[in-house]
Amino acid sequence: MTAIGWTQIILYCVIVAALAKLLGWYMTRVFNGESTFLSPVLHPIESAIYWIGGVDARREQHWLTYTVAMLLFHVGGVLIIYGLMRLQASLPFNPAEMSAVAEDLSFNTAISFITNTNWQNYGGESTLSYLTQMIGLTHQNFLSAATGIVLAVALIRGFARSSMRTVGNFWVDVTRCTLYVLLPICIVFTLFLVWQGMPQTLGPYVEATTLEGAKQTIAVGPVASQVAIKMLGTNGGGFFNANAAHPFENPTALSNFVQMLSIFVLGAALTNVFGRMVGDQRQGWAILAVMGVLFIAGVAIAYWAEANGTSTLSSLGLTGGNMEGKEVRFGIVASSLFAVITTAASCGAVNAMHDSFTALGGMIPLINMQLGEIIVGGVGAGMYGMLLFIVLAIFVAGLMVGRTPEYVGKKIEAREVKMAMLAILILPLMILGWTAVAVVYPTATASMANAGPHGFSEVLYAYSSQTANNGSAFGGLTGNIFFYNVTGAVAMFVGRFMMIVPAMAIAGSLAEKKSVPASAGTFPTTGGLFVGLVVGVILILGGLTFFPALALGPIVEHLAMNANTVF
Amino acid sequence: MLREIRPAILVLVMLTLITGLAYPLAMTGVAGVIFPKQAQGSLIEKDGKVVGSTLIGQEFKEDKYFHGRPSATVGPDPADSTKTTSVPYNAANSGGSNMGPTSKALADRLKEDVEKLKAENPSAAVPVDLVTTSGSGLDPDISPEAALFQVPRIAKARNMSEDTLRQMVTMSTQGRFAGLLGEPRVNVLALNLALDRAASK
Repeated sequence: MTAIGWTQIILYCVIVAALAKLLGWYMTRVFNGESTFLSPVLHPIESAIYWIGGVDARREQHWLTYTVAMLLFHVGGVLIIYGLMRLQASLPFNPAEMSAVAEDLSFNTAISFITNTNWQNYGGESTLSYLTQMIGLTHQNFLSAATGIVLAVALIRGFARSSMRTVGNFWVDVTRCTLYVLLPICIVFTLFLVWQGMPQTLGPYVEATTLEGAKQTIAVGPVASQVAIKMLGTNGGGFFNANAAHPFENPTALSNFVQMLSIFVLGAALTNVFGRMVGDQRQGWAILAVMGVLFIAGVAIAYWAEANGTSTLSSLGLTGGNMEGKEVRFGIVASSLFAVITTAASCGAVNAMHDSFTALGGMIPLINMQLGEIIVGGVGAGMYGMLLFIVLAIFVAGLMVGRTPEYVGKKIEAREVKMAMLAILILPLMILGWTAVAVVYPTATASMANAGPHGFSEVLYAYSSQTANNGSAFGGLTGNIFFYNVTGAVAMFVGRFMMIVPAMAIAGSLAEKKSVPASAGTFPTTGGLFVGLVVGVILILGGLTFFPALALGPIVEHLAMNANTVF
Repeated sequence: MLREIRPAILVLVMLTLITGLAYPLAMTGVAGVIFPKQAQGSLIEKDGKVVGSTLIGQEFKEDKYFHGRPSATVGPDPADSTKTTSVPYNAANSGGSNMGPTSKALADRLKEDVEKLKAENPSAAVPVDLVTTSGSGLDPDISPEAALFQVPRIAKARNMSEDTLRQMVTMSTQGRFAGLLGEPRVNVLALNLALDRAASK
């Protein structure tokens, strides 16, 4: 670990916090339906969409209607992606002549993109046509991100409103989020990325003759426009197989730094939106502080582990940290930082191969995902995930003093706590459940690339990543087989929507409640005690649930490594 | 609920057209005008032929060139199309080795490569990036230490003085961005092109 490394990390945190405030202000205006500096350009497009779609922008929806609208929207999304992948061979924009994608892989990928997971069982440049990348994947990157954000906004409205039956209009929210928030940022971001060296072309793959006379086929494509939304929307599905480790998908240290910022910026801004909507920005900062504490702890451990390297490297006299699977232009610190960010948020883009991380360095991404990706988290998903944990923490605090707990003026009662528990229990059910099935099924264990405890970690990582809708992988695992394609799709689907429905039920029930003014007996939710309590609840809950599984994977591997054992 | 079906189809179609077609196509057009070189993949031409991309590493085996990092990329096996075989720096199928920290295969590979490099240059410590594979398998860069490590071999092969070569390495070293972000690095292809240019003078 070096001073220059830590300076990069601290600079990163400071910029995220500053951007959170700025974007929080802007996004609050967007979701309150106020006009912004972009309205003169975008308002006509927005109105046209409502007119054609038959949307009455002034009519708000009950939480159930809002949820159903969101689900219907996704049915269409699945059909578009699945159809494109199956038919891409006979559709335009296919200069590399990619053939149709198999049924199970198409199904897995369709679910993967609507759930904002972007699990890559496909290899971008070797499987998909440009049309599939653009319409199938780029568009769903936008829409799954917008969906996550608006669901979080609906839940925030539940806390902010009093005695109302509605939580907003899904069509209005999703349209405004796409047009006013995601698109403008992506346009600027795309141009920045191309400037840094990212290709943006519809031309065919380039045939080069190397200096030594060999042939090299260089895959290109409309990369930058997809990468912009892939990072901003915490989608993470790469244009290329190697994702953000690929020099075309992340050309420089600067492009890497800005990409890391773009992963966190909207998720962090939503904490500020929360604060503004409930009328006290400090409430938002307290949530961001909870996330910050967990984040810095994760970064410190991962950075330390990667900088220390492995016993194999040190026994050969190799110093400079664990560079296997990492790029020279990023080095140890930017690779470790990226890994923690991408799994704290539900991004899943990788700029280094997590499978080759040290045991403890790879355990931090695992833990981040198993906690449900609430450390900033996926755009929107992190916010509603965190609010579920806060409901629980507030409930625990209430039990300690024997008083009905309140949070930002809302009484937290049995219904909310039950719904929060239901959502949180999905994580162990899908992660540990499917891992247990996979490790006793010989076809599934044959997919492991590494022997010993690391093979188990690969499977555990796969289901953690898919259930939490992350999408990064211990990439050695051969995921593109029928078993993993189907069970993974189930994990992704349940992991996404079984979180959303209870969260929306909470939104509906909170919106109907009256706001109670804070009194002397109200537990203050803006101070250090609150932050500590929430961090504690998250770690105890996550720790109790997943420690046994982690002990079988990364922890035992770390001990084996220290004993110089190889498998 | 039924009245949500019409927007479910039409709002989806319109947002798909905007974000899936209009946006990437417009970006392709604009980027092609403002940054034509980068948009095409930062290609390098020599005598009218494409010799590679600044950003994509390529395989160097000859003694007279600086070598890049080992690459774990694979490609279809010409003998059996259902299998894959090692094709270093395959820029149509990026990827890493995905070998874990306690992998015996990785330990064996590292040991073998370290021994080879020690035989080549016993005077310096083996730089870690010269024996580890990158995440993409296409890493265009090596560390300055890894470039300097190879100087004696190239000096011998090219009959050049080591000092001149060291100077060239220093000249092609890119520092951290703003002195802070990333790591110092040397672009292998650019350095080798400079070597060839110097030789042809």
